[in-house]
Amino acid sequence: MAEAMGFFTDTTVCIGCKACEVACKSWNQLPAREGGQPELSGISYDNTVQLSGTTWRHVKFIEQFDGPYNGRWLMMSDVCKHCVQAGCIEVCPTGAIIRTEFDTVVIQSDVCNGCRACIAGCPFGVIDMNPVSGTAQKCTLCYDRMSVGLEPACSKACPTDSIQFGPIDDLRRRAQTRLEQLQSQGETRAQLYGADPEGPVGGLNSFYLLVDEPEVYGLPSQPKLPSRNLASSAAGSVVGAAVLGAVGLVTLRKRRSEDVAESERGGQPRA
Amino acid sequence: MYPRNLEHSDCFVIMGSNMAECHPVAFRWPMKAKMNGAKLIHVDPRFTRTSANCDIHAPIRAGSDIAFLGGLINYVINSERWNTDPFFREYVVSYTNAATIVSDDFKDTEDLEGVFSGLVQYTEKPEWPYNAFVGSYQPASWQYKSPSVQGQGEQVAPTARSGEQKAAQGPQAGQPAGGPTGPQPPAPLSWDDVVRSLKRPPPQRDPTLQNPRCAFQITKRHFARYTPEVVEQITGCPQAKFLQVAETLLQNSGADRTSAFAYAVAWTQHTYGVQMISCCALLQLLLGNMGRPGGGIMALRGHAAIQGSTDVPTLYHSIHGYMSHPTVLKKHDTLRDFITTETPSGGYYANLPKFMVSYLKSFYGAAATRENNWGYDWHPKIIGDHSHMAMMAAMEEGKVKGMICVGQNPATSLNGSSQRAAMRKLEWMVVKDNWMTETATQWYSAPEIKNGDVKVADINTEVFFFPSTQIAEYDGSFTNTQRMLQWHFKAADAPGDCKTDTWFYYHLGKRLKRAYENSSAARDQGWKNTVWDYDREPAETAGEISDEPDELKILREIAGFQTADPTKHLAGFGELKDDGSTTCASWIYCGCYPAPGRNLTARRQPDPPGAPGAHLNWGWAWPANRRVMYNRASADPQGRPWSERKRWVWWDGSAANAPNAQTGAPTPAGKWIGYDVPDFALTKAPNAQPRPDGIGLDAMSGLDAFIMKPDGKGWLYVPSGLVDGPLPTHYEPVESPVQNLLYPKQQTSPVYKHWAKAKNYNQVARVGDPDYPHVITTYRLTEHYLAGAMSRWLPWLSELMPELFIEMGRALADEKGIRNLDWVKIKTPRSEIRAKALVTDRIGVMNIAGKRVHHVGMPWHWGWEGLSTGDVVNDLTSWVGDPNVSIHEGKAFLCNVEKD
Repeated sequence: MAEAMGFFTDTTVCIGCKACEVACKSWNQLPAREGGQPELSGISYDNTVQLSGTTWRHVKFIEQFDGPYNGRWLMMSDVCKHCVQAGCIEVCPTGAIIRTEFDTVVIQSDVCNGCRACIAGCPFGVIDMNPVSGTAQKCTLCYDRMSVGLEPACSKACPTDSIQFGPIDDLRRRAQTRLEQLQSQGETRAQLYGADPEGPVGGLNSFYLLVDEPEVYGLPSQPKLPSRNLASSAAGSVVGAAVLGAVGLVTLRKRRSEDVAESERGGQPRA
Repeated sequence: MYPRNLEHSDCFVIMGSNMAECHPVAFRWPMKAKMNGAKLIHVDPRFTRTSANCDIHAPIRAGSDIAFLGGLINYVINSERWNTDPFFREYVVSYTNAATIVSDDFKDTEDLEGVFSGLVQYTEKPEWPYNAFVGSYQPASWQYKSPSVQGQGEQVAPTARSGEQKAAQGPQAGQPAGGPTGPQPPAPLSWDDVVRSLKRPPPQRDPTLQNPRCAFQITKRHFARYTPEVVEQITGCPQAKFLQVAETLLQNSGADRTSAFAYAVAWTQHTYGVQMISCCALLQLLLGNMGRPGGGIMALRGHAAIQGSTDVPTLYHSIHGYMSHPTVLKKHDTLRDFITTETPSGGYYANLPKFMVSYLKSFYGAAATRENNWGYDWHPKIIGDHSHMAMMAAMEEGKVKGMICVGQNPATSLNGSSQRAAMRKLEWMVVKDNWMTETATQWYSAPEIKNGDVKVADINTEVFFFPSTQIAEYDGSFTNTQRMLQWHFKAADAPGDCKTDTWFYYHLGKRLKRAYENSSAARDQGWKNTVWDYDREPAETAGEISDEPDELKILREIAGFQTADPTKHLAGFGELKDDGSTTCASWIYCGCYPAPGRNLTARRQPDPPGAPGAHLNWGWAWPANRRVMYNRASADPQGRPWSERKRWVWWDGSAANAPNAQTGAPTPAGKWIGYDVPDFALTKAPNAQPRPDGIGLDAMSGLDAFIMKPDGKGWLYVPSGLVDGPLPTHYEPVESPVQNLLYPKQQTSPVYKHWAKAKNYNQVARVGDPDYPHVITTYRLTEHYLAGAMSRWLPWLSELMPELFIEMGRALADEKGIRNLDWVKIKTPRSEIRAKALVTDRIGVMNIAGKRVHHVGMPWHWGWEGLSTGDVVNDLTSWVGDPNVSIHEGKAFLCNVEKD
């Protein structure tokens, strides 16, 4: 496998310009929502609202104010996290979702049967259906560009290097340095999200520098995989099977005794 | 100042701009500075995407910027640091006009309750009654004090407007355009003696800065009342916040630290916008931040090639390279008159005759001879204000018959409904654009047509639409905000009949040449003699448009060549001559194309990572590929870098020099060198004295860092060139909720412009008008571009900001019962429009001298065409504007807001 690649998104230098969203749609030829004519959302400057099968980048705008002019405005470009242990891969029944040689997670549209299991399986709500293709879609980390040595469209377009692309180990070092710089400047809430390979889901290959709790940015502090319930649900299945078997046996016996009674009355046996 | 240089800044103040939002790519560099530990400050009525990334956001009421800047000036001048650190005194005395003594006749606003000496009533001339000044200054008393009374004031640089009204009331006033009568002597072989005859004794200086009439003391007294308390009362900015800004700025200026400012149209679109910028320049000179790495003022232009459009120019009042446009309002009757009126004897601009004669040669080619004064009499003259609003006011009165509209959307522009009414008076109109913009369709789909107020059948305008190419569909150049020319190449063929602007104008010109070729009328001779030959060589034709003009021929004419041999291009404006032997349309662009095949604007070679350079091999910046102007000031008076950290350009006393090219005499050792192209006579030593009989740079000393100024000094006090005063003064916008606290007897600038003042469509609200109680400002968003022609038709951009909105604070929303996303009516004396409410704490109520003032804001990108549509916000604005540059006051006016 080639070196693990990914994104480090430093939200403290995001200016909310949405160049990443447009670059993503342009490179991947994704349609605008409602022909480019959705209604104003009213949620700050965010009219994209969520990631979807046709929107693989989403800049969030979080207004934290206590009265006029008194507060801060957080911006963060959200994207597929390319989890090291990916929930979507776990649940995909057709093998359409693969881990690439760059340690990224890609849905192969030609293998996807549109069952939607991955939509429920993603702990971040990243995946959705693309109504044009009829399959589940999400960020590919520009697999096609990476394959020929180009960086993904979004990080290429980012004017302030809020989205940084590179080998994960390198990105983690950069993130740690920036974190320490911010903390030394008094930003005590600064924290990395998903940079720890020992952390939830084995770390994220698209990780973040935040200046507040993850929930403020709409991120789960403890993302969970579908397989977390595997043991208990397996046990449940055994019990369930036993119960069903017993019920089946009883039913069968009952039917047979009824059939015997019917034939004894001179009727035709059931087919 | 250029954006990349911001990475060297220690403090960066953004004021009058929403840089992160409107210049996101350039904002890369302030973010780099921030990573390096720089402090970022945003002073703005709104908390924007820019504020979100700054260390400090200081909210101020729209239009109160001079009060804030004046407060900073007062704070700096009286601070301990400024008075004890020797750097500031040394910089200010050596490089600014602080020590220069001003005329005894000058009276300040402090003496005259809000106006300067020389205020007179303005009366319009009958020929073109659209100058629209509400008053006028006679600036004679503003000049430097001269040792002799005679010739007083002749040492200062004339600019486009200076002297205009003086001449207008003199004997030439009212003379129609068309040139003088009677024969004139031929132009001289050299204009040097003419320029030398303009020489006057240098103005008096007091380097101790103690003289009460020196520019420094006048400035100090002028701003003495701009205390933190007064700043808070006028601007609404809490004192603590103001002091935090002042202290941060002061601590980050000095020998070892530099601070920069950036502004955009939120400083220009006022009735005193030029004075806001002037005020910032004054502050930056006091802080010693000019001409130094990471210092200065960055003017963020609103469009990729706006800088180029004013350089080349589309401005009505200047010709190429910011030379004044010949006008009947000044003594410009002959070429000699023009040159004696416009040329200072000192400073680099003393070379104006060379620039002008080379320009006339580019205009008229072989027909321009010494005998006919290089064809000057053929050159058109302006007769007054021909700016956008003056033109529209005339159009509305039926005095303009036709209009060609390219790259503009006036149907949604300032006081839009009036502009649409004006365009309906035209006989014909050409619109050339990428899409059918509101200007192209207003005759059948404007709001007033839809609601039945105007009937299509009553409009007699014939409208022609020409589809236009986009930027990636042709070769050409941008000149963007850092004065840098960058060549761009065609990437794709344009669809259908789309043509370039160069194609359109070139072929229009060719047809007009044919139309007039048999005319013998005197007024047509200039047009007949105009050089108009940019045909592509047959071998070069390629692509779909075979009759496209040759862009490089156009560039060659702009950049200059030897008249006798057009294949010999000019290496720089130092080669320009005033004897007709050089041809060059724009002296400031001279040298960007120094040889056939060497188009320096097409260079793409950055400096290596970590190198301290100015990226001199990336594109080409005017003047002379210089990136930081006046960079002599980056060295101390002895020519050494002010500090190692702020090294940029310095004097190398040991460098050997080639002998004088003309005389062969040896040149003493010593040379200016550095990371940038030095902005100084290369071999002039720091201790050099001016030559007594010298003109131009020879008249300057080794300390005269500001070489374009006739006295070589940065101007704290502006003795000439501005029509609204030598010092910035706080006035209220024309529409204001409060009385001018500083000068109760003078509410507004005494000389602003108000076009169509008597007309119903351009009425303004009175001071504190209860019908229009809220301050409104207009602005742009990242997601859309200007009037929307390049964004509202594009689904990927439209979806990001799909509808028009008004941003308002929670207090106002609660007061009016308005919830987020409710429809709201916004009303001014000009118009009423609708928009959805975006209720937020990023804008809100301010305390202005005890009065609660609500602030609201609206982006102005919308119109009724395209995918994303909305009401025309500019229908709300008025035709009042700045007296120097005729821009409208779109950033601060009054409105009312109601739930719909």
